[in-house]
Amino acid sequence: MSNVTTYVVFGGVYNNHISLAALLDAATEHGAEEIYCLGDIGGFGPSPDKVFPHLRDTANLHVMQGNYDHSIGNRLEDCACGYTDPRDNHFAQISYDYTFENTSEPNKDWLRELPTEFRHTWAGKRVLMSHGSPRRTNEFLWESMCPDGFLKYLLDESEADLLFVTHTGIPWVRTLEDGRQVVNVGVIGRPPNDGQTTVDYVVVRVGDDTIEILPQKLEYDFEALAAEMRDEGLPEEFVETVLTGWWTTCLEILPGRERSVGPY
Amino acid sequence: MATDLINLDRLIAKAEERKHLPAPELAFQHLDTLWLQVTGTLCNLACLHCFISCGPKNESHPFMSKEQVFQALEDGARYGVKEVYFTGGEPFMHPDIKDLITKTLEIAPLSILTNGILIDDAMAAWLGETFRNSRYTFDMRVSLDGTTAEENDAIRGRHTFEQILQGIDKLWANGLNPVITVTTCHAELGAAEGRSKFIELLKDRGITQPRLKFLSPFKIGREERRDSGYQNYERLVEGDLIEGEEDDLQCSSCRMVTAKGVYPCPILIEVEEARMGDSLADGMTPIKLDHPACYTCHVEGVTCRT
Ligand code: SF4
Ligand code: SF4
Repeated sequence: MSNVTTYVVFGGVYNNHISLAALLDAATEHGAEEIYCLGDIGGFGPSPDKVFPHLRDTANLHVMQGNYDHSIGNRLEDCACGYTDPRDNHFAQISYDYTFENTSEPNKDWLRELPTEFRHTWAGKRVLMSHGSPRRTNEFLWESMCPDGFLKYLLDESEADLLFVTHTGIPWVRTLEDGRQVVNVGVIGRPPNDGQTTVDYVVVRVGDDTIEILPQKLEYDFEALAAEMRDEGLPEEFVETVLTGWWTTCLEILPGRERSVGPY
Repeated sequence: MATDLINLDRLIAKAEERKHLPAPELAFQHLDTLWLQVTGTLCNLACLHCFISCGPKNESHPFMSKEQVFQALEDGARYGVKEVYFTGGEPFMHPDIKDLITKTLEIAPLSILTNGILIDDAMAAWLGETFRNSRYTFDMRVSLDGTTAEENDAIRGRHTFEQILQGIDKLWANGLNPVITVTTCHAELGAAEGRSKFIELLKDRGITQPRLKFLSPFKIGREERRDSGYQNYERLVEGDLIEGEEDDLQCSSCRMVTAKGVYPCPILIEVEEARMGDSLADGMTPIKLDHPACYTCHVEGVTCRT
């Protein structure tokens, strides 16, 4: 009998304390030994401080700094997502200012000190976890925008056989010809523009010489989240995304392929 | 206004003091973006602001042969290219355009910069189908320079407004949502109000997901004659680049291949000294930011990517 160890990898909390609690329960059910969060704790959702007890006090949870966390932690003026469309910027700024004002000073300090990558050796493979891409925290790795040759270059440069990222909000898994893999774990903070209300994470089962990537859908009480967002006075556009599963803002960054799926 | 004048004086004085310094050198990081000047400088239009003076008679860069394009793609794939752009001139003048598109999409995502006029129904249908079936994303970037025929045609030529919009309609009808590219020759086009006018125009035509990109004009090519060209102080010297700018300047991660060889970026293909060699391999080296157009990139943070 070979030993199998289970890990859970997720990203993009976006203040969604309800899905975060559901994720941690699911990780326990999966028997996860360690849990990895790839960053972007704030933005979008309600009551930013509510996620921190979970993040800071879960013993086997390791949290990485995303671009959002870097901005909030260092008290910068915006999220550095780099939108150019004024409408996108308008909504991005509402969400940033709200998160900034409602994140306590100690929690900001905690975000500022987070590490920016994790490395492991699993089943003899070099595993790297980054927020956006190994070379740039705020680089988007979309499925339709990542040629095999480019992913190979990223893996070569960062000396990895298996790479996990988040940041875009839409999950995907690619296995290259040489067997190396890149996994975008998606986010747990909002649905992946697919018309569903579920969110995404990944379970990894590591044997003596095998690694199995199991993408998961997570259900949570999205209606409770929507109600809380309304109570907090967050834009109805954000609430709509939670309720319908379609993105309504920050669409400019979506490649043509990913955008053509949704109605906006 | 007064502050603008003072700043300008200071800028000129500062440039005067530093003009003996060499131009900054920019390292090459990685080939993220491969530009292919597939139809050279040949275009069905001759827009006033065209930064490479393209037109029906400009053959300074001829069409690339299919072999030249395939070679550049093969080289690009070897370097781990992230995305490919076709430009010209007008890419849809190329007789082998379908083969070029098909081959590229096997390797990387593709964006085509076009004025949209030559896209007929059959081509639009083929493009839509290609978009749906390709492994990587496929984008059309259609240039439009105003929200009225008057505004646009003054720059792009008579009757082009309606023709361009028809091209956009055909693409949209076939499931390909083009990125409308606007050159901000008039500052107000890029401002919030200008943007909403474009969004309105597209929505009125039934395009429910308007995608827009605004580009600053470069004062070279025909644009040099239309506007004022660059002033003496508009040159970069060592020490001008600010922290992190190396990453932001597209030429640290892009190269342009034309029928005549490899160049640092899409902007400088008519500058003979900027030519880096025959093939993409010759372009994998640092460059000197010694052209006045580099000043626009520095000041405006311009990138030609979508
Ligand atoms: S701006 Fe574009 S469409 Fe106009 S002449 Fe130049 S290449 Fe042709
Ligand atoms: S013109 Fe702009 S993109 Fe081209 S080499 Fe100069 S700085 Fe780089």
